[in-house]
Amino acid sequence: MNDLASRVVNGDHRAIGRLITMVENDEPDAINAMKEIHSHAGNAQIIGVTGVMGGGKSSLIFELALAYRAEGKKVGIIAIDPTSPFSGGALLGDRIRMMDLSTDSGVFIRSMGTRGMIGGLTSSLYDVVEILDAAGMNIILIETVGVGQDEVDIVKIADTTLVIVVPGLGDAVQTIKAGLMEIADVFVVNKADQPGVEQTVAELESMLDLATHIERRTPIVATSAKEKKGIPLLVRKIAEHQEYAKKNKVFDVRRRQRYEAELIEIIKKRLMNFIFDEAKLKRKVDCCIDQISKKELDPYTAADEILGIMLK
Amino acid sequence: MVKKIRVLVAKPGLDGHDRGAKIVARALRDAGMEVIYSGLHQTANQIVNTAIQEDVDVVGLSLLSGAHMTLFVDVVTMLKEKQMEDVLVVGGGIIPEEDVPRLKKAGVAAVFGPGTPVDDIVCFIKKNVKR
Repeated sequence: MNDLASRVVNGDHRAIGRLITMVENDEPDAINAMKEIHSHAGNAQIIGVTGVMGGGKSSLIFELALAYRAEGKKVGIIAIDPTSPFSGGALLGDRIRMMDLSTDSGVFIRSMGTRGMIGGLTSSLYDVVEILDAAGMNIILIETVGVGQDEVDIVKIADTTLVIVVPGLGDAVQTIKAGLMEIADVFVVNKADQPGVEQTVAELESMLDLATHIERRTPIVATSAKEKKGIPLLVRKIAEHQEYAKKNKVFDVRRRQRYEAELIEIIKKRLMNFIFDEAKLKRKVDCCIDQISKKELDPYTAADEILGIMLK
Repeated sequence: MVKKIRVLVAKPGLDGHDRGAKIVARALRDAGMEVIYSGLHQTANQIVNTAIQEDVDVVGLSLLSGAHMTLFVDVVTMLKEKQMEDVLVVGGGIIPEEDVPRLKKAGVAAVFGPGTPVDDIVCFIKKNVKR
């Protein structure tokens, strides 16, 4: 096994940090290590935490991490913040709420920029989850960027998805919209120390009442990360979902979907690199773009020509 | 994909003034870097562990309380102990002139006092980042 991979599997924080950087930067050396660690991953429980910005995701993750640490579990945390579409830079500030965990050797926290990916995630996330899993983390908490209504890609990765809502964000119609509200395995009404919690919980309950075919009613947990309330109940509801998912094959289906999404992602990335980096193809692509802009060629015919060369 | 410079902007010690640190963090972000901000009141141990997990290229320390000779040096020493010599360490805040040579000798690559144009900091980091 290559040195870096074996250090990762032994849980060496320096090596874990390094390999994550390498996959983020698409370094070719990362691929060998990723190949070797695959057989060591698959044991971690992956929990996605998503919801509006300012909803208290980081603080809640901090409290969850403490609860899992008290059970003796190792915890990996991936905190994603947006990358600037203008400068390509990012200010990653989720860690501020978690600094008390940074001297605990049973916790590994990594902040990531989205680097142009949409859907609230980042393209190397699959790899980063696999690295933390192979490094022996029992629990992996993923914090998405603060999302709007439609960034739901977290379900392609997480075994259990928590959707965080806070009181006072709108009326009952918001709750029956499609998208974000459909992906929750557990609803968390955070900031329960603020007024309006009962109403938010009641609106979510009545949304759930409208569903006509459900096998499992999504539980709603009111929490206050600030006052440390509702965390044990949330931990229990997450565990119950895991149990349900394993019993009903939901778990297997989701894991399969995750590997499918990951495989497609890798193939897409390689194809794009091939088309845009391979000298001969790049010339052809540039030439086609020129012709398209001069109206000598349409984009569909150009795509046929480029794919024709590739498949030859 | 191009490699991005990752920077940890950290506030060691007990002072609660982070306007300077936030301005620098923002400027580095606008220069295309990924900036992790630690928040206030960090110990040297917390800063070094964060640098390892985040695999940063640069640690920027901001301190206004006067404890820089202890805390900046602690961070540099602990980074060395963890074989993280390839991390560039820079400092800023209220640092008396006469302390700067000793800080540099200890391994702080540059000290940026009040009034430093942020572009100077960006340029210094881009030029001196070690990996």
